[in-house]
Amino acid sequence: MPEFLSLIGAASFWIATLRIGTPLILGTLGEVLCERAGVLNLGIEGIMTLGAMAGWMVVYQGSGLWWGVAFAAILGAGVGLVHSLLTVRLGVSQHVTGIGITLLTTNTAYFVYRMALPQVTSPPKIIPFYPWPIPGLSGLPLVGEILFNQPPLTYLSLALVPLVAYALYQTPLGLALRMVGENPYAAASQGIPVYAVRTGAVMVGSALMAVAGAFLTLSAFDAFFFNIVNGRGWICIALVVFAGWDPWRALGGALLFAGFDALQLRLQQIWGSQVPYQFFLMLPYLLSIAALIIISRHAKAPRALLIPFRPRERV
Amino acid sequence: MTVNPSPLSRHLPALEVVGITKRFGALVANDQIHLSLHCGEILAILGENGAGKTTLMNILFGHYLPDQGQVRVFGQPLKLGSPAAALAAGIGMVHQHVVLADNLSVLDNILLGTEPLWQLWSRRQQGRRRIQELATELGLEIDPDAWVGSLALGQRQRVEILKVLYRGVRILILDEPTAVLTPAEIEPFFQTLRRMVSRGLGILLISHKLQEVMQISDRVVVLRAGRVVTEVKTSKTDPAALAEAMVGERVAPVVKDLLPAGEPVLVLQQVSCRAGQEHLDQVSLTVHRHEIVGIAGVAGNGQTALADLVCGLLRPHQGEIHLRGQVLRVSSPALMVQQGMARIPEDRHKTGLIGSLTLWENWVAERYRDPEFCCWGFLRHRQIYRQAQTWLQAFDVRSPGDPRQGLQMPVQVLSGGNMQKVILSRVLCRDPQVIVAHQPTRGLDLGAVAYVHKQLLAAAQRGAGILLISEDLDELLSLADRVAVLYRGQLSAATPTQETTLTALGLRMAGQEIAYAS
Amino acid sequence: MRLEPRPTPSLVMMVLAPVLAIGLALLSCSLLILWTGAPVWVAYTALLQGALGSPFALTETLTRAVPLILTGLGVAVCFRAKLWNIGAEGQFYGGALAASLLGTGGFSLPWPWLVLVLLIAGWMAGGLLLWIPAWLKTQLQVDEVVTTLLLNFVILLVISYLLEGPLRDPLALGWPQGRAIVDAGLLPRLIPRSRLHAGLILAILAALAVWILERFTIWGLERRAVGANPEAARFLGIPVQRVILYTSLLGGGLAGLAGVCELLGLKGYLTLDLSPGFGYTGIVVAMLAQLQPLGVVAAAIFIAGIYVGADTMGRTLGVPTYLADVIVAAALLWMLVCMGLARYRLRWN
Repeated sequence: MPEFLSLIGAASFWIATLRIGTPLILGTLGEVLCERAGVLNLGIEGIMTLGAMAGWMVVYQGSGLWWGVAFAAILGAGVGLVHSLLTVRLGVSQHVTGIGITLLTTNTAYFVYRMALPQVTSPPKIIPFYPWPIPGLSGLPLVGEILFNQPPLTYLSLALVPLVAYALYQTPLGLALRMVGENPYAAASQGIPVYAVRTGAVMVGSALMAVAGAFLTLSAFDAFFFNIVNGRGWICIALVVFAGWDPWRALGGALLFAGFDALQLRLQQIWGSQVPYQFFLMLPYLLSIAALIIISRHAKAPRALLIPFRPRERV
Repeated sequence: MTVNPSPLSRHLPALEVVGITKRFGALVANDQIHLSLHCGEILAILGENGAGKTTLMNILFGHYLPDQGQVRVFGQPLKLGSPAAALAAGIGMVHQHVVLADNLSVLDNILLGTEPLWQLWSRRQQGRRRIQELATELGLEIDPDAWVGSLALGQRQRVEILKVLYRGVRILILDEPTAVLTPAEIEPFFQTLRRMVSRGLGILLISHKLQEVMQISDRVVVLRAGRVVTEVKTSKTDPAALAEAMVGERVAPVVKDLLPAGEPVLVLQQVSCRAGQEHLDQVSLTVHRHEIVGIAGVAGNGQTALADLVCGLLRPHQGEIHLRGQVLRVSSPALMVQQGMARIPEDRHKTGLIGSLTLWENWVAERYRDPEFCCWGFLRHRQIYRQAQTWLQAFDVRSPGDPRQGLQMPVQVLSGGNMQKVILSRVLCRDPQVIVAHQPTRGLDLGAVAYVHKQLLAAAQRGAGILLISEDLDELLSLADRVAVLYRGQLSAATPTQETTLTALGLRMAGQEIAYAS
Repeated sequence: MRLEPRPTPSLVMMVLAPVLAIGLALLSCSLLILWTGAPVWVAYTALLQGALGSPFALTETLTRAVPLILTGLGVAVCFRAKLWNIGAEGQFYGGALAASLLGTGGFSLPWPWLVLVLLIAGWMAGGLLLWIPAWLKTQLQVDEVVTTLLLNFVILLVISYLLEGPLRDPLALGWPQGRAIVDAGLLPRLIPRSRLHAGLILAILAALAVWILERFTIWGLERRAVGANPEAARFLGIPVQRVILYTSLLGGGLAGLAGVCELLGLKGYLTLDLSPGFGYTGIVVAMLAQLQPLGVVAAAIFIAGIYVGADTMGRTLGVPTYLADVIVAAALLWMLVCMGLARYRLRWN
């Protein structure tokens, strides 16, 4: 037990939690935006993979790290546009479209990576983001080390939480976004361009997912490899339900989850000899399923989630 | 509230509809419609269901694009097919079915779309104040921070009206606004409308209720089968003339033979249950053979719960249901069907039929497990086809297109009336002893309404006991032998129809119990 | 020019959709081929050659189609009832694991019987893996998409543990692989000197059985009704939850069967790369077939052809074989576009 406490108390544990949590925060926020507008985006897993590959590739080709992030975001938004053309405009199944997008983007990412680097056996590396200590604050004991000595994308993800929350709850656009996810017909009758708002939400959400992917290759690791996303996207989908479609609770959920994951990694070092490592690796997935089981009965999904908006049809 | 028409616009009509035509396939919903509305008047558009009123309103508000024609607002042509353009031109619409987001607050619902989308802040405090001002001025009290899902239907309509007034519209379209109000709420509502008109608003009121139109409107336009048949000042006409214009050739009124009620077939004893927003509180009720018992009430007072209960979708928390003399220990839809209950649900599209399945599949959907129709799990197609064919024909179901394809046609291509006939043929072909009909004629055209009424009466004649739940008082008074009223989950005693009047029913629907001493 | 909705989807479009989708997928993926520098025409000819150009190629394509037919069927029956089973991959491995547990010598029976037992075991394992999410969906309203997806990862880790531990074949040098299935448990070859095995017959029989089930039985009717409108189905007295639960046993079982067939007919021992994503590809197969059981056979053979052909193309032209996956995914998206457009008619004015 004291062993356990010292583990939780160590700054390295909290730093790891934030590092693991960053892509989850970004991905979950992205998915919250999509689902609040009424569109389930199951393309998240693939968009993260594509973002990871594209961001890394740009940097590997010699551009700056921020160009990598920007390119990933733009690419993500583009994929989001494709997703919304199908689900929002044509109104086809969001489930199947999402899976299709994931298959397409994942395999395209692998294809492009293989094409660009046909021969390599060990993945080539780039120089990733370094932590940016915040002057004055990073010196604080423990807190400074944990919160104010992080790579920039982690700051970005933390800053996005209040930003998304404000946009969602305090601006006209956010109200429109929530309304098209609750009752698009009501929104349309108030002159809100439903298709445009949904499309925009999916594009911005997908851009965030792609940045989440780029964080993996540009900040958490320094290379791209196959299966790099490894189900993180799906976990974000579960986190959205767990968070009740709220940005602040998404932050809480992502950090809680990342904390468990960080703990799991440390326990693996302690108990690794007695318990096979696969069981530790299983924990995140089982945890997500457990979270869904606990929360689902009380979950209040946006009313128009999964339902296409077809204005001119005769009812 | 401020309505400031420019000096010029005083002479122009606020709204002009010029030659609007709209077709849905072979059906001409609007045929060369012309009309005009001025500021400060209430123009009623009167017509039966299916006359094209709602289509016209949807065109005005940009939900549909007409095939021909033009709309001018204060002399300026309106860009059609865009709700945003209609709003910008000052047209506000209150729909027949309220369109609000249940999970958001009243304030959210009203503020939506009133500020530029790209504005980085939202003046919520200011909005809250203005809503309260408007509400007190017009007598539409509402709490801006209430959650819409928790409001009663009448209150939701207030939100709808506030929503459009908040935008300072100059033309207000009201689509069947009194449908969700109790008779007692109607008069104050009309006063609100008069107050709005006196401030220079033009109101277009769509209704199929003659009395209302006579009471509130300045002018009346009567639509029939998509065409304008009459346009007249309300003061220069009378209900009989309007009725004739509305209906055209007279439909024979239902003839009802009185039969002595037989033994009880459906008895509810002190039944309580809860379903979402609605509940039933110690409801007792008896339906005898040969008898039609009507249930009146304003929507949302427990009708859905009662219908679901009797259809087997809900189980009572308390109390007992007796069906044909037996107590039901368990309850499920399948059991109810097995027990010979014929169920005509409220919503044909959502619960009555499965749109993408074929006619025969829908016809057999309640009884596919009967040995008559299945054998070791295999459907006896030939048997099903033959029966379905016979019974669908017997109930005069007409499907568009190739008749040979008939039974394989997805049921969603049928018209509303034909869909209802499919349901009737499904449930009445077994000569049921108990029938529950929930709003069986809602949204049907006159011919279909008469047909449904005829079939229900014939079934009662053959010995069925019928529970008829309806919001249409005329329907209840002309069909039912006894009528009871549901109010906030409580059911009044059923009184014989001959001994009751519209006013008495209306009072009870508003929750005012009156003594029946005399 | 504008799109106008039509009451029922256009029949012509629905029939043409799969063909159109595949054509458009090949067309759009030719951009990727152009980028690799290979001539598009040559590349696609190589693909066709590799898929159908010789008897051997043909048997390879059919061999590859076996698991796709079964996972495609598994997905199709679930989607028909709107049970969004994205876990066919996990169910595939579940079936293979069950067969591997029973078929590697711990349990002995003569030839056809052991195969039968293994098939049933695989069926049950796959079915159970989907039954859990289906049960959670019906009882606790847990979204089955996420649970089936996450279970894919869990089951792979379980197998990874077993293959490195209790089930590991001591004779395999360092590689995590299971012990070989005993001879009495293997599916026979259909054509000598090819890899085509009796699984193909099994898969086609399964497709026929599902077709009969869908078309002629009350269970098919129930499933269609529940999928099209659960609320109405419940009102009509169809036991919606029970339908979803037995659909999960059927769909999961079929995907599990795919794993068993692949194991008993082709590989002979369990590994972690038994499936290159057959479960996910099954979704594409089911959608291209518009959830029609017999269409699944055709769609599976077609997609198998793309995979087998792409291997050849990759070898001869140096195009990464991921291209096949890209083509297949693009075909799925184009299929959705076509199905979406079938709901509209084009109006010129």
